[in-house]
This record gives sequence, structure tokens and C-alpha cells, in this order.
Amino acid sequence: MKPITRIHSRTAVLADENIDTDRIIPARFLTTTERAGLGKLCFHDWRYQADGSDNPAFPLNQPQARGCSILVAGSNFGCGSSREHAPWALLDYGIQAVLCSEIADIFRNNALKNGLLAILIAEAEHRWLLDHPGIELTIDVREQYIALPDGGRIHFQLEPFARHCLLNGVDQLGYLLQHAEAIGAYEHTHQEAA
Amino acid sequence: MSARTLFEKLWDAHIVAPESPDTPAILYVDLHLVHEVTSPQAFTELRERGLKLRRPDRTLATLDHSTPTLPAGSNGERPYANAEAKAQVAMLESNCREFAVELHGWDSADRGIVHVIGPELGATQPGMTIVCGDSHTSTHGAFGALAFGIGTTEVGHVMATQCLLQRKPKTLAIHVDGPLPHGVGAKDLILHIIGEIGVDGGTGYVIEYRGAAIEAMSMDERMTICNMSIEAGARAGLIAPDDVTFEWLKGRPRVPHATAWDAAVTRWRALRSDAGARYDREVHIDASQVRTTVTYGTHPGMAIALDAPVPAARNAQEHRALDYMQAKPGQPMRGMPVDVVFVGSCTNSRLSDLREAAQVLRGRRVAAGVRMLVVPGSEAVRRDAEREGLHHVFTEAGAEWRVPGCSMCIAMNGDLAQPGQLVVSTSNRNFEGRQGKGARTVLASPATAAASALAGVIADAREYLTEAAA
Repeated sequence: MKPITRIHSRTAVLADENIDTDRIIPARFLTTTERAGLGKLCFHDWRYQADGSDNPAFPLNQPQARGCSILVAGSNFGCGSSREHAPWALLDYGIQAVLCSEIADIFRNNALKNGLLAILIAEAEHRWLLDHPGIELTIDVREQYIALPDGGRIHFQLEPFARHCLLNGVDQLGYLLQHAEAIGAYEHTHQEAA
Repeated sequence: MSARTLFEKLWDAHIVAPESPDTPAILYVDLHLVHEVTSPQAFTELRERGLKLRRPDRTLATLDHSTPTLPAGSNGERPYANAEAKAQVAMLESNCREFAVELHGWDSADRGIVHVIGPELGATQPGMTIVCGDSHTSTHGAFGALAFGIGTTEVGHVMATQCLLQRKPKTLAIHVDGPLPHGVGAKDLILHIIGEIGVDGGTGYVIEYRGAAIEAMSMDERMTICNMSIEAGARAGLIAPDDVTFEWLKGRPRVPHATAWDAAVTRWRALRSDAGARYDREVHIDASQVRTTVTYGTHPGMAIALDAPVPAARNAQEHRALDYMQAKPGQPMRGMPVDVVFVGSCTNSRLSDLREAAQVLRGRRVAAGVRMLVVPGSEAVRRDAEREGLHHVFTEAGAEWRVPGCSMCIAMNGDLAQPGQLVVSTSNRNFEGRQGKGARTVLASPATAAASALAGVIADAREYLTEAAA
């Protein structure tokens, strides 16, 4: 994974609460055996009309939302299925960060492991961002703040290990593999648990 | 040692390396369940990095999500939804051969939905940590195992190291006080609970279900409860194991036998929260207030009693949900016309669920214009049901009796509803489009689903059960 230190973009807003991972990528597309190329399927049934053309009512199809890589979403984003296809699809679509006052656990975990910044912010600040789509933000992962156009800052906290991995491009599987000896020792002393 | 919750006992027993401010804990995984949808990319990563699968003996695979539920044709070809689904199944078969993983595939007498067969085989046991690339892994918590869903990156971590990097979650006790009213079951209760605490009420927590109503439940019912923990945002649900648990597990293929069984039961009896153990949050549910419950909106928290009026929308989003469902504020869900009825899924596809539906259907016919699918959770459930003749009850009523799989719960195998159709479903998610683009889902118990199939509108099973008794 490439190190991620800063993201600069205008925001796009999906204000709905409880956007589930079926909405992010419908289950019928999960027959894929690849991670790549899912961006075209992202929000599929919301984003396209029956004839395959763009649905003008989908907020991310608005001209001002095009090319935005920071998504401000209604609370409890990513609830439901554990499918990692959801963050894969969002990243391939061009979203690099999701800002929300509440994010579903499994989605948040999956997102951070793929370099999609799933960031929790306070409710009042979340509300303000939902009400102000299209503003320019800079997310600083090292210092854990979001810089607003007027110079103000929104502070956030990432889980320290996730932040370390994002900043340094750490491979978490590689980190786990370094503990092979401890894992072996655990297995040796817990045989009867099998 | 100070008083600990059941969760803390399970957590503490699986720590390979404790967490620190800078690093999460390394948590050991006793059982890794695998299916075709969330594993291919993880196997690919293992292969590309030249890694072995560390513990094939702690890994168990099955085919369930993409598999057709109609039998193979006379040419032996199974009716897959598309070539990609077929290729995905073939890939799990070849990956399991290559990495020496036990697969309950088409030729297995034990194939079925991953969360149904784990317990059936006795692979699921009290005290274990169990993970799977599937959010309904919470089901296994019914046995007093710490069980939760993970993403595909973590599936790869477990394959390579048998471990996960985890921060300790918080604990939420849900006390269900007193007995449930007659005719009100586990599905009604869990929908009621999610309606009470909300779809995000359990986010960040592991739920422990406690109280008289829970203790009185069978294992099938406990699995229904724990299964839907994730629908309240909790990755895991737990119920302390007791004699009901041990009786259910005894003699199953993978559990210890003879004296080792007795020793295991002695160990498992300690798996309960100590008196005085502290939870981060506690909620009390008055069981006597729970009614037959269904959903009326587009997430499982939008749940109400069958006869209760649909609440008015409180915001634009709830308006949209009610419009989508064509639900009318002030009117009950009871009486709404039904197009499709689905009995199945890891929530409600076990033998007792099929019996519950059959009891309502026996000797009656599904209403004209209603399509009803009954999909057993596993080959074992199918065998047991057929031994009792339940398949005849279903087919004589006009329902379709299918081959085991996830089927219309996730609707990725070709079993789906058409746009606008209303499905009364015993599954776990009523999200927009979950059961087919534009399809409307009402979550309900097997009895409510069966009664609705007969009536052609959402109906109360007691009407039929009273008649049968008379």
C-alpha cells in the first residue's frame, strides 16, 4: 500500500443515513474473483437509470460533485454486509476519504486496510459539512486534522496503528507474519482448545 | 481476578499479543469458515506472496452464496445465474484443493449455508473464536463463541497467520426479562430489539443476550437472535452456553467424544459472565411487550408489531423509505398485498423454522399469484425435513422446495424478486434492492411468512394455527 499523508479535494455529499454496502455495490456483482475494476459498479442501482444512463437525481452525478475524492456521508455509512468490495469499489470510483459521525465497524476496518480514509468526526461538524457540499478540504493524516477553507480545523482521531500503517504504507500481513514465533507459542500452549 | 464478562473471558483466552496504545491485540482464531464470494482474492494474495495456509485443520469451506437452488439438469449442468458465478464456485474448489482445505462442495452430504453447517458439524463450539468473510458470522455466538464477520483482507490474514489484529470492543448486555407471550418467537424478539436500539445501536459493541426469555430458547432460536446482531451494528452477539447448548452439540462429528467430551463440558460451564461483571452499556427489554413483529421500511430497525400503525416519517429519508415500501403511515403492515414469500437464509432455514412454516401451511394452498420459495439451510436440514415429509407439505401447498443455499436472502444466485414486488422474507436485511433491484422486503418470522403466503397479504399466523387446533 502506498503511504498516504494528505488528501486535498472538494467534498461531495450523500446525506442519506444508513447507506449500506448493498447500496454501495449490489450483491449480484459479487461473483467477481478480482479486486480491480469495481468503480463502474459503485452505487450502481442509485447512480444509473434503467437504460444505463446516469441518474441525474444521484448526488454524485451532479457536475459539481464530479472528481471529488472526499465523500461526506450520512451517519452509519457502510452498514450491513462485510463485503470488502464496497471500499474497493469506492476507491476505484475515486473516493479516497469518507467523513461521517458514525461508520459501521466492519466497513471502517475494511476501508482503512485498503487506504480509504474512513474518518469519524463530531456530530456538529458532520452536520455542517453535510450542509456545505463542494467545499475545499485538506485532510492531514499525520496531524489528524481537516483544514477548512477559512483556516479552521476539524480534529479527528484514527486508531494509532491504522494511522501508522497509512502514513508508512505498512503491510499489515507482513507485520502479523513477523509474530510467527508468538503465534506458534500460543498454539503450543493452547492445544486442548482445538 | 476481578469479575469478568463472557466476552472478556473469550477475549483474554485468545490473546497472542496484548494490545498497546500503538498496536492492536493479536487475536488467535480457532475456526475460519470460508465461502466462494469473499475468499478468491485472499487465496490469490497467498499464492502471489508464496505463503502457506497456516492451519488447514482450522479452516472449513462450503459453497452457498452463488450456488443455484434448482437441481442440476439431466445433462448434469447446474443452472448458475451466469458464467462468473460458475467460475467463482470452480475457483473455491480449486483453491481448496491447492491449499488442502476441507470443502463441503456439491459432492458433500453436509453442504449448506456456512452458518448452518458450522454448528451442525460441531465445528462451532463454546469458547472458540470464529471468523468468516461474512457479517452473519455473529450466528455462532449462540454457542458462547466469539464470532464475527471480517473483510477479505482479513480473510487473507487468518489464512496466513491464523490471527487478526483487533482492538477490544465494548460490551453491551441486553437483558430480555420475563417470558415471551405465546406465539411470539425469536425472530419477533430480535426485530423488536433492533427496533428499540436502532440499526447502529450496537456499533462498537459485542452484545451479550441474557435473561429468562433467552435461557428458555432452543439453539435454533438462539442462532436467530445472534445472527441479527450485525443488523444492530454489533459485530458479535453472545449467549452463555448451558445444558441446552451441550445437549444440542453432543455427538456431532467434530466435538470431542467420550471422556474428552466431559472435560470439554466442564470447561465450557465456566463460560458465563461472573456475578458483578461490568458491561459498558446495559439495555432491558420487557419480553411481555414483544408482539409478532415485521419491518415496514428499508432497514431492519424500522420494525413494528404486525397490527401497529406504521409511524409517520420523521425526515425526508424516512419518507423515501415509506414511498419505496408503499407503506402508509397510520395503517398496519398487516393486510398489505404480497407477491413473493421466502423461507430460508442463515437467520431462519433450520429444521424448526421449516416446521414452523409447515405447521401453518399444512393442508392449505398458497394464495393465487403468490410465489413461495422454501430453501433449507443445509443438506442435513433438507434430509431431516424430507424424512418428516415437510417437503410434501410445501409442494402440496404450491411452494417451491429448493436445494440448500443463501438464495433470495442475498439474491446473487438468480433467485430474486422483480422490481416493485413485495417479498415477505425470513431473512435478515430489507435494504433497498437487497432481494432484487426495486424489490420491497418485509422481514418476518417463518410463521408470519407462511401465513402471508396463504392469505396473499401480510397476515397473522395465529388465524391459521387456531383453526388447525379447533
